[in-house]
Amino acid sequence: MPEARVIPLRPDEDPPPPTQEPAPSWEEQLAGGLEFLRRRLTGEYDTDEFGFDPDLTDHVLLPFLRPWFERWFRVETQGLENVPDTGGALVVANHSGTVPVDALMATVALHDEHPASRRLRLLGADLVFQFPFVGALARKMGTTLACNEDAERLLSSGELVGVFPEGFKGVGKPFSERYTLQRFGRGGFVSAALRTGVPIVPCAIVGAEEIYPMLGNARTAARLLGLPYFPITPTFPLLGPLGAVPLPSKWFIAFGEPIETASYGAAAADDPMVVFNLTDQVRETIQHSLYRLLLQRRSVFS
Amino acid sequence: MPPAVVLVTGVSRWLGGALAAELASDPAIDRVIGVDTVPPAPAVLRRLGRTEFVRADIRSPSIAKVIESASVDTVVHMNISSSPAAGGRASMKELNVIGTMQLLAACQRSSSVQRLVLKSTSAVYGASPRDPAVSTETMQARRVPSGGFAKDSLDIEGYVRAFARRRPDVGIAVLRFTNLIGPRIDSLLASFLRMPVVPTALGYDARVQLLHEDDAVAVLHQATTGDFTGTVNVGAAGTVLLSQAIRRLGRVALPVPEAAIGSVGRLTRRAGVHWSPEQMRFLNFGRVVDTRVLREEFGYHPAYSTAEALADYARTLPPVVRPELVDDAAATARAVLGQVAGGVSALRSVVGDRHRPAPAVPGLRAVRDA
Repeated sequence: MPEARVIPLRPDEDPPPPTQEPAPSWEEQLAGGLEFLRRRLTGEYDTDEFGFDPDLTDHVLLPFLRPWFERWFRVETQGLENVPDTGGALVVANHSGTVPVDALMATVALHDEHPASRRLRLLGADLVFQFPFVGALARKMGTTLACNEDAERLLSSGELVGVFPEGFKGVGKPFSERYTLQRFGRGGFVSAALRTGVPIVPCAIVGAEEIYPMLGNARTAARLLGLPYFPITPTFPLLGPLGAVPLPSKWFIAFGEPIETASYGAAAADDPMVVFNLTDQVRETIQHSLYRLLLQRRSVFS
Repeated sequence: MPPAVVLVTGVSRWLGGALAAELASDPAIDRVIGVDTVPPAPAVLRRLGRTEFVRADIRSPSIAKVIESASVDTVVHMNISSSPAAGGRASMKELNVIGTMQLLAACQRSSSVQRLVLKSTSAVYGASPRDPAVSTETMQARRVPSGGFAKDSLDIEGYVRAFARRRPDVGIAVLRFTNLIGPRIDSLLASFLRMPVVPTALGYDARVQLLHEDDAVAVLHQATTGDFTGTVNVGAAGTVLLSQAIRRLGRVALPVPEAAIGSVGRLTRRAGVHWSPEQMRFLNFGRVVDTRVLREEFGYHPAYSTAEALADYARTLPPVVRPELVDDAAATARAVLGQVAGGVSALRSVVGDRHRPAPAVPGLRAVRDA
């Protein structure tokens, strides 16, 4: 039997040049990359007291997330005008999707699509910071611990803070309970907004529920790994690492009208009635916009 | 009212010696008495000027005699050991805890003591994933440090608070210092970062807030001669990440898995760098303190920011990875890139001319492939 031979399909044509982009563009890009590497090697970049590393975020983390935002989930944003251009504000959103991808996409949305390119400073559970790599990377992206001290410090220095009051109850809820909001913590986020007098921007995220539909929870595995839940999805852990690829659902991120808190005064933060009422108001606003977006959506994947 | 007789414990170390020298050069102060268990090095001794050195152990009641006979009115307690360098952990704890108890007992008995300055540490805030990013003076560690320097410091502050209740007439200033660094001080972090290869915790990157040695001396001087009472965080403006500090100093970071940190700690101890695993774990999460009280109530603005203090320390430290080396490499890579870019555009002009007139028609290709 003769040996297999590679026969070129188009022997009369030369191989195309390695890149089709105009030369200065990729050259500049590579030069920029080199400059970035030089900065990283010599440590000549700034980080803030929360561990936020804007240089790394802009040059590595956001470029990594952008294709997911634009191509994979095809995120559509609504109501960006409700997020102030300057000054502190608290973005409160629903949490879902087994893995908190929604937080990352909200960060990209506000950075890339908001006219003022706002940076969303997320608040994360202490569990996030316990894990190696995850915790360090989260801090470099601008995340800090979800506690009143940190939230108030960020808000009073004029940062846009993102919080998911449902926490693990929201992100780890079974697929059958999709788009029903869980309990909104103890209202700590409202008291932080009251104390600093910043507006609360309710935010509804649709699409994240379908990326890893959580059918079951392997409690024993979760307990062994020290996790709040161990997801079983149609593809995970059945397909191994392949099951970690999120389903390409179509996403909507809608920012609602800001709820101002300054008129209550800082003392209202210690009035549980005001805090509970505001918490409920925010929760209902988000639930209603979720229903509205779900009606608008034609199907899960388009 | 400036103090008449100041007693400084731990005068044989760099910071204690520097403070004593500073106080001794102040003509408003009558006497400066330095106490330590070991005599100061000749270099320190020369600087001390008119400071009277008393070789005494603060763990023994003899310290009471020193305070009584000299009628000391201001005590600066800085003889607190941060690492089990000499004699191990047991003797470190004894010096820290028993030493402080003896010193405070002597102060309580003495009628002349009017003021106590404690050099404490921001380690009392702990370092865990559950702690807020920035600590103010009113915060406490969410997870109380279970051992070592932080535990000792918490105990010491507790004894000082008890002393304050028993002697309400004594003005007490508790200074919680962040990590000190500078060209001359031999602090824990300085010797840690002096190693050419610096072990770090794999997967963690601590936020580090520093204070320049000159600022530390100035704050101690102001606390000794001024009238601030209460607790104040003392740290420079700004922070750096540990990885960033290592890179700026031209060191090589060696990320070590958490399980192996203990054995690496033993290894560095053999190399003469006393860095306990406990402090290494502190550097997992880092610690940053709020310095509003320092600036507004205490009234001191550190001359060096964290980055500037680090840069000043870097002056005295020959880097392992020279920044010029990185610059050279980057320049070389850029030159190569330019040549490649030139080559590619030349190639494209050659290839493109031949290529462009006959673009492949998709339909045609399908026929040929078949």
